[in-house]
Amino acid sequence: MAFRVQVRFTPQLRRFVEAPEPEVHADTPRAALEAVFADEPRLRSYLLDDQGELRQHVALFVDGKLLRKAEDLDRELEQECEIHFMQALSGG
Amino acid sequence: MRLNVATRKGLFTLVRSADGWQVEDHSFPGDPVTMTLWDPRDRSLYAALKLGHYGPKLQRREAGGEWQEAAAPAMPPEQENGAVTELSPGQENTSVTELWALECAGSEAGDLWCGTLPGALFRSRDAGASWQMNQALWDHPGRQQWFGGGADEPAIHSICVHPHKPAEVVVGVSVGGVWQSDDDGGSWRNIAQGMRAAYVPEEQQFDADVQDPHLVVRCAGQPEVLWSQHHNGIFRRAAVGADWEEITTAPLSSFGFAVAVHPSDPARAWFLPAISDECRIPVDAALVVNRTRDAGASFESLRRGLPQQHAYDLVFRHALAIDDSGEILAFGSTCGGLWLSEDGGEQWQDLGLRLPPVYCVRFAG
Repeated sequence: MAFRVQVRFTPQLRRFVEAPEPEVHADTPRAALEAVFADEPRLRSYLLDDQGELRQHVALFVDGKLLRKAEDLDRELEQECEIHFMQALSGG
Repeated sequence: MRLNVATRKGLFTLVRSADGWQVEDHSFPGDPVTMTLWDPRDRSLYAALKLGHYGPKLQRREAGGEWQEAAAPAMPPEQENGAVTELSPGQENTSVTELWALECAGSEAGDLWCGTLPGALFRSRDAGASWQMNQALWDHPGRQQWFGGGADEPAIHSICVHPHKPAEVVVGVSVGGVWQSDDDGGSWRNIAQGMRAAYVPEEQQFDADVQDPHLVVRCAGQPEVLWSQHHNGIFRRAAVGADWEEITTAPLSSFGFAVAVHPSDPARAWFLPAISDECRIPVDAALVVNRTRDAGASFESLRRGLPQQHAYDLVFRHALAIDDSGEILAFGSTCGGLWLSEDGGEQWQDLGLRLPPVYCVRFAG
């Protein structure tokens, strides 16, 4: 089931690429990302690797909770929420 | 003449002026630049970035223009690639993490080869706007024998295109030998016969697939001659079809990463020796360039202008460059030093910079 999702990106990304923060309707974090990529395709390779997985050093938060597993990108959302894609402290 | 220096914190361009070599430009400050290529066919400059959080990126700047992001080579999705994306032992993913080799593929502008980590070869015919993985090398059964050296995964660091027959391409793999295609990448064979690997059991030491050539270079004027600084020695291939010959006469150490060959004289080559392999610092903490002018029969250790006390500079494999004349050489180090010689290495000039760790040094027009 799709919910209203506010997507947020670390401001660090804007050093490299446009990162608009729309409100979208999505049933998973991945679907929310795809909705953003539709308007900003260059953003894809910054957040996802060649196999479509979240990059190792990009952190995913749903309503402030850090989700750590690869499969969390495809986890069903349970309610209207805010999703942050942040720069991990590792990987710099 | 310009000198492009790719470092842990950006790409520096130096220009030779009446006052000597000066820094003209610093692009991508703060970002790791793993490789750079100046393309004389269209006078564009490429920079391969390895962003810690956001992955490998390729940037291109046309003459007089601004940097623009090109596409970075990427692995096909596994599900579309079927069995051919089976991993080598030790490989944990099939996502490109670093662009490590970038070369012009032929005479047509925009035709490029790129070698990556993990070990795959890519081709672009549109100046990096799109890339295709070379399936023939990826699918070769020999690739299953490759393994990581330095990095956890095997990687392609050397791409030597024949200057007159661009369909003849040689690539170097750490760790996986030296591969040649005679048909523009349509088929490949390992040509590392004669190389010796001291780091495997004795009965496997001459297996082509376990060789770790740190760098392979080709003499432009006599393209059948290849030189390699290998993990445990220096090797030279004198003719097409010949075995590699180990050169054991280098003084101080035959360990190192970089090698440069003279553009017209295949007997002349330069090396940066370091204490192998666990230590990786200059012998006696004195920075030295080893040069041969007789195909390895003898060497000179060149020291003039180089620090001879408490120098802990290691020179990475892409960080030694020679210009088209064969007289001007430059190298940069892990400690951010940059040295240049205009007389074939007899005398070195410290360019007086404290750069970030240097990954790659290349001359440009």
